[in-house]
Amino acid sequence: MRLGPVDEIPFGEGRAYAVGDDMVAVFRLRDGSLRAVSAVCPHAGGPLADGQTDTKVVICPLHLHAFDLTTGCSTTGAFSLNVYAVHVDDDNHLVVSPLVPSEV
Amino acid sequence: MTQRLVVIGNGMAGARTVEEILARGGGDQFTITMFGDEPYGNYNRIMLSNVLAGVEDEAGIFLNDLSWYTDNGITLHAGVRIERIDRFAKMVYATDGTATPYDKLIIATGSSAFVPPITGIHRPGRGYHQGVFVFRTLDDTRAMIRYAREHERAVVIGGGLLGLEAARGLQNHLSHVTLLHAMGHLMNTQLNERAGRTLQATVEEKLGIEVVVDAMTTEILGKHQVTGVKLKDGRVIPCDVVVVAAGIRPNTQVAADSGLVVERGIVVDDQMRAQDEDDIYVVGECAQHRGALYGLVAPLWDQAKVLADHLTGTDPQAEYHGSQIATKLKVAGVDVASMGLQEPAHPDDELLEFAEPKKGVYQNVVIRDGRLVGATLVGDARKAAFLMQAFDRGLALPEQRAELLFDLGGPSGEVSVEDMPDDEQVCNCNGVSKGAICATVQSGCKTVTGVMDKTRAGKGCGTCKGLVQKIVEWAADGQVEEDPAASWYVPGVPMPKPELMAAIRQYELKSVSSVFAMLVPGGAEDAKSKMGLASLLKMMWGDEYVDERDARFINDRVHANIQRDGTFSVVPQMKGGVTTPAQLKRIAEVAEKHDVPMVKLTGGQRIDLLGVPKEKLPQIWAELDMPSGYAYGKSFRTVKTCVGSDFCRFGVGDSTALGIAIEERYQGIEGPGKMKLAVTGCPRNCAEAYVKDLGVVAIDGGKWEIYIGGAAGAHVRKGDLLATVDSADEVITLTGRFLQYYRENANWLERTYAFVPRIGIDRVRAIVVDDSDGIAADLDAAMAKSVAAYRDPWKERAEPATPGQFRTSLPLIVLPQVPVREGVS
Repeated sequence: MRLGPVDEIPFGEGRAYAVGDDMVAVFRLRDGSLRAVSAVCPHAGGPLADGQTDTKVVICPLHLHAFDLTTGCSTTGAFSLNVYAVHVDDDNHLVVSPLVPSEV
Repeated sequence: MTQRLVVIGNGMAGARTVEEILARGGGDQFTITMFGDEPYGNYNRIMLSNVLAGVEDEAGIFLNDLSWYTDNGITLHAGVRIERIDRFAKMVYATDGTATPYDKLIIATGSSAFVPPITGIHRPGRGYHQGVFVFRTLDDTRAMIRYAREHERAVVIGGGLLGLEAARGLQNHLSHVTLLHAMGHLMNTQLNERAGRTLQATVEEKLGIEVVVDAMTTEILGKHQVTGVKLKDGRVIPCDVVVVAAGIRPNTQVAADSGLVVERGIVVDDQMRAQDEDDIYVVGECAQHRGALYGLVAPLWDQAKVLADHLTGTDPQAEYHGSQIATKLKVAGVDVASMGLQEPAHPDDELLEFAEPKKGVYQNVVIRDGRLVGATLVGDARKAAFLMQAFDRGLALPEQRAELLFDLGGPSGEVSVEDMPDDEQVCNCNGVSKGAICATVQSGCKTVTGVMDKTRAGKGCGTCKGLVQKIVEWAADGQVEEDPAASWYVPGVPMPKPELMAAIRQYELKSVSSVFAMLVPGGAEDAKSKMGLASLLKMMWGDEYVDERDARFINDRVHANIQRDGTFSVVPQMKGGVTTPAQLKRIAEVAEKHDVPMVKLTGGQRIDLLGVPKEKLPQIWAELDMPSGYAYGKSFRTVKTCVGSDFCRFGVGDSTALGIAIEERYQGIEGPGKMKLAVTGCPRNCAEAYVKDLGVVAIDGGKWEIYIGGAAGAHVRKGDLLATVDSADEVITLTGRFLQYYRENANWLERTYAFVPRIGIDRVRAIVVDDSDGIAADLDAAMAKSVAAYRDPWKERAEPATPGQFRTSLPLIVLPQVPVREGVS
């Protein structure tokens, strides 16, 4: 699914998007690479797009649970996040692929 | 090629040193051979008193059985004594005629029981008189138990630690025990006379052991069987068993015979190397280090570590610097702990003493230059763990010295970790039990921070951190490893605060990303470190700071406090808690117009609009047209005030005016933790100034008292008096100077209630009030610069600072929301 322009996301931050029925947090890391995971923290529903990131993890702003942005696995013992494929098209717009059913 | 390591002695010191060497990979470097005098594996000698007392069986005290030696490739010659060392040929010769070559030699021959010259104690050609025992080895203990069971009256010679434990243990096997002590009071090495007498009364009344002091034993009576002992003053004490526990003497004969330097013990240097020798080392009770001999287990552990570090090359420069001695008596029902000095030794030493003889309680502490140098606890040793820590580490002591011995209100006192049930909840924020912490330690995680990360214990309000640390130390049984990261300012940059600040200045690092790039090996950024670095850089550079918005926590990105449902709270500034009808009307109108789900008064005397969606923040700020109250940052929060002298009939100072002035000047200043202040108009303290990070109290005569380091949150602490000053201007100056000192020196998230006691109030006062370090002008200037850089963040609303700054991050699906309270009005 094609979303807004990548420039909507400042470096190092995340923004939340609706992708089909899913809420997806897309992060633009400081090295320019993109990551996309579920937008809702499985621990207590925190908004992950408001979290702080480095090149490996995002930290939920509510209770500081951390999640690996590549695998979706929590490094602090919470449940895992879904991981979405994300890239930028020729027009500099974000494209996030919905999960295929087998991944859900 | 492996080296041949020979260890003479298979006791606690020898075996422990080998364990430490193996733990450092020494099994690949050395072929290890051990010689032990006793025909066993290695056992915990300290526990022999428990075996005697019947609370532990023999199997329970073995540390390493014979299979441990085989499994680790160690050749053990148990029951073989070494009688000579050839230092030149590098060989040791055993009594069984064998010779063993070595490349490195460790002597750990320990001690033997000291037996005073007493007539009749020996039988020619048969060793001790039948019925006379020493108390040193497992064989001694077995023989004593066997004999005591068939007899009735025992005399123990020696009223020190070992004698007391022996006397208590013997009661388990026969009906009558008398303890003879040659000195004027019990445990005279550790205790002063008053403590010793208190202990004696308890031992006699509670345990039923008869104690005779000033009792010099001169003769064992009885020809075939022991019938009694005779004292120097002619008294005769009838008995049929005699146990000698009169102290120990280091086993140095082999070393002396072999030409090593021996004084009271075998003389060693800081690496436990025998004097003038290249390849011979000494550990344990037989070693004499800087003139001192140790007869306790803790110093021996320290020595073993240093020697293992040195021998394996883990740290070739490791040095042993001597140990602080603390002892505890292991006798059920009689609590005795002692450390350092028994009494003041210098004219300037402080002494605190408390005695309640009827309850068998005597306690004292000795303080020198603000540090604990001695403590004695008899009859009530609940404070022992705390005092030992202060003694060991030289911690700053509470201003109220009595807190060293008593709990004066506040949070409940020391909990004994040992006595806590496994399922007891330790961390009430994250629901972590003692059992869960212990299990994590047992699984191999032996740093306090590591356990906190794994279990999340102590990661909520943080109140339980001290207890978590104690449990980890207890569960690791003295094997806690230092986490190097514990001293770092933030977890992702390997530097303590002073070095970090120096490097930031040296390289002129003005953005968070430049700090990672320059100061982290590999340059990796760390999400957990960003907020702390952002705050530090802002403090250091002011207007020059290069603000990267991703380094900010969400609260600082949108200048509001995130709530559990992802909405925000809006708290406008209300200096000193003073408002006007016009302000209240405006707040009411905004709240009504936007259907704000909850309007609440805060603890800092302000009004909180809760449940505001992120995207509405700029509009609400505009409509309120009030400055930010900073109720979301690690920053200067509020100054709570009382009504002061204008209206209150008790007020002696204009607290409202001063509170407003302080808030006006220091609003929004960021720091390592939040800063909550108060000014109160009289000592009735309606504004709760005694429990603030900085609290000001008006006292009669136009003076103001300034308290710092108070808290009344998860941690409750009354602040320490910093200074009493004559004018409001001085209050404002000292406030700024203290806050700047705190900003520059506190650890990240370290509130003043931890910072002030860590530095010590006397030291803080010297720097901030008396300018002992000559930095007052610098502190004032740095603070003035920060004050000048203040901008109201709520003015940043016409244009977002970054694209989508206020875009919602909330999901479209419905989450559990904070319920709106109906009918509160």
